Amino acid sequence: MAWVNAIIQGVLTGGLYALFACGLSLMFGVMNVVNLAHGDLAVVAGYVAIGIIAVTHVPVLASFLIVVPVMALLGYVLQRTILQGALDRSVLTTLLVTFGLSVVIENGLLQFFTANSRAIGTGLSLVTGSFKLGSQIQLGYLLVVIFATAVVVLLGLQYFLSRSKYGRLIRAVADDKEAAQLSGVDYRHVFGIAAALAFGTVALAGVAYGMYSQLQPTTGTDTILLFAFAAVVIGGLGSLWGTLLGGVVLGVAQQIGAQINISDEVLAGYIVFLAVLVLRPQGLTTRRAQS
Amino acid sequence: MTVATDTTTRSEEVFRVTRSRRNVAWTGAGALAVVVVLAMFPYIVYSGTTTIMVQAFIVLILASMWNLLAGYAGLVSVGQQAFVGLGAYFVLILAIHGTSPFAALPVAAIGCGVAALPLWWLVSRLRSGYFAIATWVMAATVMLVIEKFSSIGGGTGMQLPGLSGFSPTLLTADTYWAGLAVTVVALAGIYLLLRGRLGLVLTAIRDDETAARSSGVRTGVARLLVFVVAGAGCGAAGALLAINQLLVQPGAVFSVQWTAEMAFATIIGGLGTIEGPIIGTAVYMVLQQTLASYNAWYLIILGLVAITVALFARRGLWGLVDEHLNVRLFPVGYWLRSTDTAERRNGARRG
Repeated sequence: MAWVNAIIQGVLTGGLYALFACGLSLMFGVMNVVNLAHGDLAVVAGYVAIGIIAVTHVPVLASFLIVVPVMALLGYVLQRTILQGALDRSVLTTLLVTFGLSVVIENGLLQFFTANSRAIGTGLSLVTGSFKLGSQIQLGYLLVVIFATAVVVLLGLQYFLSRSKYGRLIRAVADDKEAAQLSGVDYRHVFGIAAALAFGTVALAGVAYGMYSQLQPTTGTDTILLFAFAAVVIGGLGSLWGTLLGGVVLGVAQQIGAQINISDEVLAGYIVFLAVLVLRPQGLTTRRAQS
Repeated sequence: MTVATDTTTRSEEVFRVTRSRRNVAWTGAGALAVVVVLAMFPYIVYSGTTTIMVQAFIVLILASMWNLLAGYAGLVSVGQQAFVGLGAYFVLILAIHGTSPFAALPVAAIGCGVAALPLWWLVSRLRSGYFAIATWVMAATVMLVIEKFSSIGGGTGMQLPGLSGFSPTLLTADTYWAGLAVTVVALAGIYLLLRGRLGLVLTAIRDDETAARSSGVRTGVARLLVFVVAGAGCGAAGALLAINQLLVQPGAVFSVQWTAEMAFATIIGGLGTIEGPIIGTAVYMVLQQTLASYNAWYLIILGLVAITVALFARRGLWGLVDEHLNVRLFPVGYWLRSTDTAERRNGARRG
């Protein structure tokens, strides 16, 4: 029964990983930017939420309404300035710049907020509460809510990209930005919109992670970026629903690893990631190998 | 090649393709003199200075290796700390079994070069940005695996045995000489590597990969070689680190901070030149020593400087020097030389 419990827990944490991964996947798919500062930005969002809650005493859930738009705006601005500047030079430059950003953000957080870990909404019944399924399976409300949120966000993204005007523009620009430019689309603005979307999901995921676990300055790279990336690769590059599957596979692998030996949780996830890389480098969902 | 034939048919006497420049002879003599003076440091400066110099050597070796990866082969690896850590652990394991850590150093370098082969097989499946994060995951995985072995300290680490017989003065001096030796071997190795066929291939990849591939250059093999050499070099630096700190902790030797330092030093100095990492290391050491009492600030400032340089001065500080003075300390490229001084400036200047 402990195993069934572990698998269910794994599936649910997979939702959180998918939430992290979809922004990474979106930015790579649209602008060919692999944002190495992705995880650190999630931590920044978490710290912003902590700050807002401490200063204004708004309820934890209301803090999302502030943090998500703020991070989305930051995403737009960052894309239009530094990231676009790097993209205009070369893909290599975007990597150097985002890696630089990652180190600067992480050490900045360390400098200003110390290495102490912080959690969000520790007293909330949503965070601490759980319900029983049968006699032995216990599920936290929070993980279920996060999983549901992840599914809703992915559905929303899917709908937005396939149906809305901006979604159409984003897809056009992702396919061929010069051709889109010729048809009168300002691809830089569209890139900004895509970055805003990605940063919004990152903010959501960062605050959710702060509620689910604890945030430290190093969480952004140690955990978030690497797990998000593993989820993207396991699921298959460039596929939104693959990302959810990848997150779930990673989560289940980690929970099963933790069942075998509590200290092997992270390692088990990486071993599955490496196995997918060796056996199915195109990911679990995509058919054609991508380079 | 086409350039050479074109010019020879046009005006045989006026141009010739050459590698050596007027300053090469005295650059070589100068490099030798610098090494001799550096080798005498333990006799003439305080031991505190040589300790700082060992740190500089480590950063310089790492930066030169990262430059080979990112500057020449286009491989942005964020996981080179895997090899720093492996190098340190090779020394630790050999020292536990009775080998002198100094004798273990070259073994560690070779061991890391060998370890780079299977790791390359894993990470080379991904390109560009995803390659970068894949190497990061690779480093994290290597660390988690190493931490499983409690006989080498598990998650907490271990003191390096085998050096208690040395007097502190002798140990400091020996560590310094070992650092100098590894640095000289690493820089000379990179110089010779880039002067050879691989250098041409890498320069071609650096300048335009598609064009290189369509001219029949086997980019995959070249990249594998660079990854192995960089693995061995970073391993040697890790071995030095273990000897210098006398302590091997998984969290410290496998820290991504090593990659941050090597990347920033390289970017600031100038990506894709041998001289760049040297300048970058100097900048790094000055900043680190000045801001040593302000914790993480030196990394924040280095990071901001590196971002600025990457955006606005892509060839780094050395690029600025090169643009204005047109000098090259380690000439690895070919020059189109004209007997007419005025035309010399217009020659093919990449290299």
